[in-house]
Amino acid sequence: MSITNMLQKKLILLCCVFTSFTQYVNAQLSADTTSLMDKLEIETTKNTTVYAAATFKSSRLINGHTIETLGKAVMDVKISHRFGTLNNGAYQLFGLDNATMRMGFDFGITNNLMAGIGRSTYQKTFDAFFKVKILRQSSGKIKTPLSISYVPTIALRTLDWGDSGQKYQFSSRISYTHQLIIARKFSEAFSLQIMPTFIHRNLSPLIAEPNDLLAIGIGGRQKLTKRTSFNVEYYYMIPGYKIKGTSNSLSLGFDIETGGHVFQLHFTNTRAMTEKSFISETTGKWEKGDILFGFNISRVFNIGKKKS
Amino acid sequence: MKKNLFSIILIICSNILFAQKFFTKNGSISFFSKTYVENIQADNNQVMSVLNAETGELQFSLLIKGFHFKKALMEEHFNENYLESDQFPKATFKGTIADINKINFLNDGAYPVVVNGELNMHGITNKISSKGYISIKEGKITGSSLFVVALADYNIAIPKLVESKISKTIEIKVNCLYDQKM
Repeated sequence: MSITNMLQKKLILLCCVFTSFTQYVNAQLSADTTSLMDKLEIETTKNTTVYAAATFKSSRLINGHTIETLGKAVMDVKISHRFGTLNNGAYQLFGLDNATMRMGFDFGITNNLMAGIGRSTYQKTFDAFFKVKILRQSSGKIKTPLSISYVPTIALRTLDWGDSGQKYQFSSRISYTHQLIIARKFSEAFSLQIMPTFIHRNLSPLIAEPNDLLAIGIGGRQKLTKRTSFNVEYYYMIPGYKIKGTSNSLSLGFDIETGGHVFQLHFTNTRAMTEKSFISETTGKWEKGDILFGFNISRVFNIGKKKS
Repeated sequence: MKKNLFSIILIICSNILFAQKFFTKNGSISFFSKTYVENIQADNNQVMSVLNAETGELQFSLLIKGFHFKKALMEEHFNENYLESDQFPKATFKGTIADINKINFLNDGAYPVVVNGELNMHGITNKISSKGYISIKEGKITGSSLFVVALADYNIAIPKLVESKISKTIEIKVNCLYDQKM
């Protein structure tokens, strides 16, 4: 036997082994299309970031903001009412005879930035705000445990100063609120948020009162059905940085969602609907029956051009 | 010697060249709801699909959250209220092309096919059968189909208030270019 012959035989043997091996692999693979799909699915899950959506149903929890912003080119018209206190009794129909009201227009500028303006009857206040998403809770490729939004608000009181004879500057009418909202959607039904808040009033009515106020809020929602939820919102004023004689704002409410509308019905101890006022100027006390009924109605419109 | 070598190369090549499985990770599936009040459309361009050219096995898998709408609120409601994507994150189809043998993967052309299988979404699995095409162009395989599913079959409830805006039957359009093989 020549060397070439031997080499040839070895080559053929090697080839047979290789061929049978590839055939074996091919057979394995074609026998199991599902295993390839499973592999693709695992790979995709690993490489996709899923952001937590709809931590709350609306951009407002009850009186204050939630983590949520509007989508791009979405306008949200909000009409809110707070009636009188329940302890007014039957003569005032448990508060329904008098109401304060705020109307507001919110706009989604990008998917992470929104702006809004509003006007409240309480102290004839105009307000404007921005809300920007800083961090979004996500799972998958990028894992983020929390969502964070920042909300700066400016409020302008236009109510007459009265007949005190004292001269006030225009700037005395202005106050600023800065809120950081930190939220987590714990489950499909349960979300919680914490709202550290700083308020600056250009004018403090009494020298003894601070211009700068601090509060920390906590709010949450528990879904009751797919389209309804129970909400709680509480703002705790930090001692030393609060106005004397005021109480903390506590509100309980329900969200009812029907397509483009969100109806929010609630009981609260504050008549005001701008941050500076309901956080720092609430005088009602739950234990004394200073509880008032209120509602927010939100209607969403798409104002952007339709992409096709 | 030369003859042997030639046959060896032929055997190896035939094994390597004849890939039996084609797949993609960015196929497209769109759906349409058409009523006289409102037309709704959503697109998902991250559909995974595997086509086994030998056995005719055909599978699809997609993430419900991968469907994107023109209106942000619609997308939210779709995920939250209708498909409940936190609870049922994906939809899958597992089936076979009935007449796979009629397709010549080496010849360009559009081959009409019938696909039978099981569609799983919103936690419910139903048997479906749909017509479609397998198109071969310059060695590239594309699968396409248009079929209709009823929302009631998948336990997707439409509240009375929005009944006029959402069709009871949804058109589903599939278009997958199998750009990878193994």
